[in-house]
Amino acid sequence: MPTTLTVPLYRAAHARTGDKGNRSNISLIAWHPRLWELLVEQVTEVVVARQFAHRRPSRVVRHLLPQLHAMNFVLDDVLDGGVNDALNLDSHGKALSFLLLDLSLEVPAELGDCLVGPSASPST
Amino acid sequence: MNREHLPTLHVGCAAGFSGDRTDAASPVVDALIAAGGPAVLIFETLAERTLALAQLARRADPDAGYEPLLDELLRPVLARCLQHEVRIVSNFGAANPAGAARRIAALAQELGLRAPRIAVIEGDDLMGEAHRALLADALGSQAQGLKIVSANAYLGAEAIADALLAGAEIVVAGRVADPSLTVGPALAHFGWARDDWDRLARATMAGHLLECGAQVTGGYYADPGYKDVPGMAQLGYPIAEIDADGRCVVTKPAGTGGRIDEHTVKEQLLYELHDPAAYLTPDVVADITEAQVAQLGADRVRLSGVRGHARPATLKVNVCHETGWLAEGEISYAGPRAEARARLAAEVLRERLKGLGPMRADLIGVSSVFADDAGDWPASHADTGARDVRLRVALHHADPKQAERLAREVTALYTCGPAGGGGVRTALRRRLGTVSCTVPRDSVHGRYFFLA
Repeated sequence: MPTTLTVPLYRAAHARTGDKGNRSNISLIAWHPRLWELLVEQVTEVVVARQFAHRRPSRVVRHLLPQLHAMNFVLDDVLDGGVNDALNLDSHGKALSFLLLDLSLEVPAELGDCLVGPSASPST
Repeated sequence: MNREHLPTLHVGCAAGFSGDRTDAASPVVDALIAAGGPAVLIFETLAERTLALAQLARRADPDAGYEPLLDELLRPVLARCLQHEVRIVSNFGAANPAGAARRIAALAQELGLRAPRIAVIEGDDLMGEAHRALLADALGSQAQGLKIVSANAYLGAEAIADALLAGAEIVVAGRVADPSLTVGPALAHFGWARDDWDRLARATMAGHLLECGAQVTGGYYADPGYKDVPGMAQLGYPIAEIDADGRCVVTKPAGTGGRIDEHTVKEQLLYELHDPAAYLTPDVVADITEAQVAQLGADRVRLSGVRGHARPATLKVNVCHETGWLAEGEISYAGPRAEARARLAAEVLRERLKGLGPMRADLIGVSSVFADDAGDWPASHADTGARDVRLRVALHHADPKQAERLAREVTALYTCGPAGGGGVRTALRRRLGTVSCTVPRDSVHGRYFFLA
């Protein structure tokens, strides 16, 4: 019986993107309060900056809202100037919430029933 | 003053942006009437760029410049709202609130209704001679070389509240902070002091939950198998029940599609927020670090724990300016080696358009919206063998005639490009940039007047 499950972040949390100028904010909301601590441990500013490295953010800040089991990531200068300046089809960066949700998470097996969606594949 | 006797204020939102569904208001109005107490219907139809485009429209036609779909939004509900004293508050005035007000008066007449008392909010527009020095000062060196199209301050709730207190049945604004569309009615109904920061902050967050329409009721939420939303084609738009302390319960009309639960509310609560301790509006600085969300029943969620701090001494101003033209072109390839042919077409276009500035190339279906403008995804990734690919290229240029060359080169691929390319579409549109600055609060005078 594996003690840890490797799952995509979207099984543990959901997210939405907002934009203002060249700045993107991505909320990350735990599906279950018991997942909160491991999200805080694993989905850090450094991890998020790495996931978005090809968009070259000048700064990544994480705001924690423990009462809501949610966090808010603010990424500066990731939108190629923003909705009025970028050549991107999605110049708001609306799809970026799913880039965040694609991160990998290590979840203790006993928290497996807090995850959403079809069964996780256990790590070896 | 003891206000506990004042009934709950119901605020419904029937539009979250210009381009939203135009048939959402009817069930919301029915629900507001059925609830029976004081009620307000808001429409939020003024994003940053929408106002600049409206200014351009007004330049071309002095009677234009307000929300183009105003009639469609109001026609289904105007009679019922007037009959049942459901006030209407909106920023669909855009660049011409007085023009919008006149159109509403004409609409009422067309529908055989008595003339409604319509108030117009003005003072946000800073383009006039009177504000030239103020704006120049606020922009400083940012103003260098800008071809300014519009400059508008974000007004707050006070003029809206004053208009309602003076008897307005319909309040038509230009640029106001979105949550102020809800705070104004709350201020007027409950008579809070203008520096009652906690109550203003609570009403502000109620307004923030409402201001994007269906985004809190299951819209922009569904993800099959993970986040399921019933009845997406008939989403119910939100209603906030606001009490004398500004606390709210968010719900939606019975019998409509969508869902409201802690998760849909949390997504909207955090939307477009940065620091949760300091959500700045013209009315207050809201602090949601201790906020809590609780499900009270089916499609009923309460927001609590919001606090407020003194409002900023300045108002934010959005200045829109002409930045040039965006040219886009697309062509599809399918079947064996579709991706190789799309990649080849991109190379041909790069060579043909050399010297025009940076050109972005996307392989839609393989790599598009996650990539950035500067990156060259095909150069660093091997062909994935995709069999249905749409090549998209885009560039920006100050001169529309130069920008247009991209469109012509994509079209020419019909005879000059790789085999089997089809479905060319091209577009050329004017771009407007925005620059933000701030002005001292007392240098801007938001006020209302009644349409004669």
